[in-house]
Amino acid sequence: MTFWSDPINFVAQWLRDVFTGWGWSSGLANAIILLLGALVLVSFAMLLDIFLVWIERKVVARFQDRLGPNRVGPFGIFQPFADIVKLILKEDITPVGADKLVYNLAPILSLTSVLLLWAILPLAATIYGADLNVALLYLVAAGALGTLSIIMAGWSSNNKYALLGAFRMVASMVSYEIPMVVALLIPTIITGSMSVREITLAQGDGGVWFFIVAPLATVIFLISAIAELGRSPFDLNEAESEIVAGFHIEYTGMKFGLFYAGELLHAFTFGGFLAILFFGGYRFFGLENLHPLVGAIIFLVKALIGYWVIMWVKYTVPRIRIDHMLGFNWKFLTPLSLVVLMVTAVLNQALAGSETWVYALVMFLANVVVGWLTLEILRAYSRSQRKAEEPVVESVAQAAHH
Amino acid sequence: MTAIQILFILSAVVILGAAVMVVSTKNLVHAALYLVAALFGVAVLFALLDATFLTVVQVVVYIGAIAILFIFAIMLTRREMRDQGEQLNRGWGAAALIGLLTFGGLFMLLSSWRGFNGTAAALPSGFDGVVELGAALVSTDAFVLPFEVASVLLLAALIGAVYVAGTKK
Repeated sequence: MTFWSDPINFVAQWLRDVFTGWGWSSGLANAIILLLGALVLVSFAMLLDIFLVWIERKVVARFQDRLGPNRVGPFGIFQPFADIVKLILKEDITPVGADKLVYNLAPILSLTSVLLLWAILPLAATIYGADLNVALLYLVAAGALGTLSIIMAGWSSNNKYALLGAFRMVASMVSYEIPMVVALLIPTIITGSMSVREITLAQGDGGVWFFIVAPLATVIFLISAIAELGRSPFDLNEAESEIVAGFHIEYTGMKFGLFYAGELLHAFTFGGFLAILFFGGYRFFGLENLHPLVGAIIFLVKALIGYWVIMWVKYTVPRIRIDHMLGFNWKFLTPLSLVVLMVTAVLNQALAGSETWVYALVMFLANVVVGWLTLEILRAYSRSQRKAEEPVVESVAQAAHH
Repeated sequence: MTAIQILFILSAVVILGAAVMVVSTKNLVHAALYLVAALFGVAVLFALLDATFLTVVQVVVYIGAIAILFIFAIMLTRREMRDQGEQLNRGWGAAALIGLLTFGGLFMLLSSWRGFNGTAAALPSGFDGVVELGAALVSTDAFVLPFEVASVLLLAALIGAVYVAGTKK
C-alpha cells in the first residue's frame, strides 16, 4: 500500500504508527483515527454543502430564465459566503411560548440526520466510512430521525402553521417510506446483500447497472426520495401559499440556515444513493480502477446528476394537493412497488445461475410488461372516471346555459 | 476500563436518566421525546453488541414509527399541547408495588446468573448476522412457523384496520 494507490488508508495507517509510537494503546489510537476520519468526512460534506447552495441558486435561475447570482466572484461562486455572513448577522429570534430546548435542538438534529447518511456512502472502492451489512435499513433509520426533527421544530415553535407543516410532513414521510423500503429491497434481492458496498460491486465486473435490471424500482425510489425530501411536487410541508413556510416558519439566521443546508445536502445525498443503488456508484467502465480519487469524482458527478434531476422535477412540476399526494402513494405507488417486488423476487430465483445478459434482458422485459399493464389499468380507470363525470358536466353546462 | 465499557456506562446513564424523565416530566410531548432518547440509548447498546440489524430496526421501529405515533396521538387528542393535570391517579400505590416486585424478581433472577463476569465469545470471521437471521426465519427447523403466524396476525390487523376505517356504501 502506497500513498499513491490508496491515500486515505495510507494516512490512517501512518497515523496509527505515529500514535502507537507515542506509547498509546492500539484501541485508543484506533478510536482517535476513527474520530478524525468522521471529522474529515463531515467537513467535506459541509464544504460541499456551501457549494451546493450556489449550484441550487444557479440551476433554479436557469430553469426560471434568470441569470442567478453573478456578482460575488466569478459566476457568483462566492455568493454562499455572502449568504452565510448574512445568516450569521441576522437577529436570532425565539418566539414567545416556544419550547427553548426542543426549538434549538431541532435544526441540529435535522442536519445530523443527513450527515449520518454520509457514514455509509462509498465514495470509492477504498474510501468509505463504514461498510454496514444493514446499510439500506440504516438509510431508513436516518430518515426517521429527520422526521423526528421536523416534528420537534413544528411543535416547539408555538405556531399553528409550523404545526400544520409538521403534520403534513409526517403524514407524507410515513406513507412514502413504504414504497421507498420496497424499492430498496429490489437491489437487495438482486445482490443478496444490504451493504451498499456489495451493491456497488455487484454492478461492476460481470454485472450491469441496476437501472437496466430494475427500471421501475429506480423510478419508484426517485419519487419516494423526492417525497421524503419534501421537495416539490411534494413540498406541502412548507407550502408558502398556504402555511407560509411550514415547520421552519419561526427560525431565523443560522438556525434556518441549518434546515436549508440540511435540505440541500439531503437532496444531494439521495442523488448519491440513486447513483449507488441503480447507476453503479463510483464505477464507470473500469475508469475507477485508475485511482480511488477518480472513483470519488465519478461518484460525485453521478450524485450531482441525480441531484440535478431532483432539482429539475422541483422547479418544473407544480405542488399537488395533500389528498392527491397520499392517494397517489397508497393507491398507485405502494401496490405497484409490491407487484414489482414480487415479480423481481420470483424471476431472481427462476433465473439463478443464468448468463448475465439473459438475466438482465428478462428482468428488463418483465419490468416493461409490468409498466405497460400499469398504464393500461390506469387508462381504463381514468376512462371509467371520465364516463362517470360526463353526465354531471353536461347537466352543469345545461344549467349554466339556462 | 475499555472504550466499550465507557460507552456502555454512558449510554446506560442516558437510558436511565431519560426513563426517569419520561415518568416524571409534566409535559407530555417532553415525555415522548425522553422516551425517544431512552429507546435510542437501547439502540446504542445493540450497536455495542455488534447486533447491527437490531440496532437499525430499533431506530426504524421505535423512533420511526412508535414514537412518532405517540407524538401524533398526544398532538391530536389534547386540546392544549401542555398537560396541566395531576400526574398520578388513585392506582399509583398498586402500580408502584407491582413495579417494585417485578424489579425485585428480575434482580433475584439475574443476581444468580454467572454471565456477568464472562466475556462474550468472539464471532467467527465472515459471520453475517443478517444472513443468519434471514435463513433462520424461513428455515423449517427454526422459526418459519412463528414467522408465518406473525405475518397472518399482522395481515388480519391490517384488514381489520381497513374495515374499521372504511366508509360503508
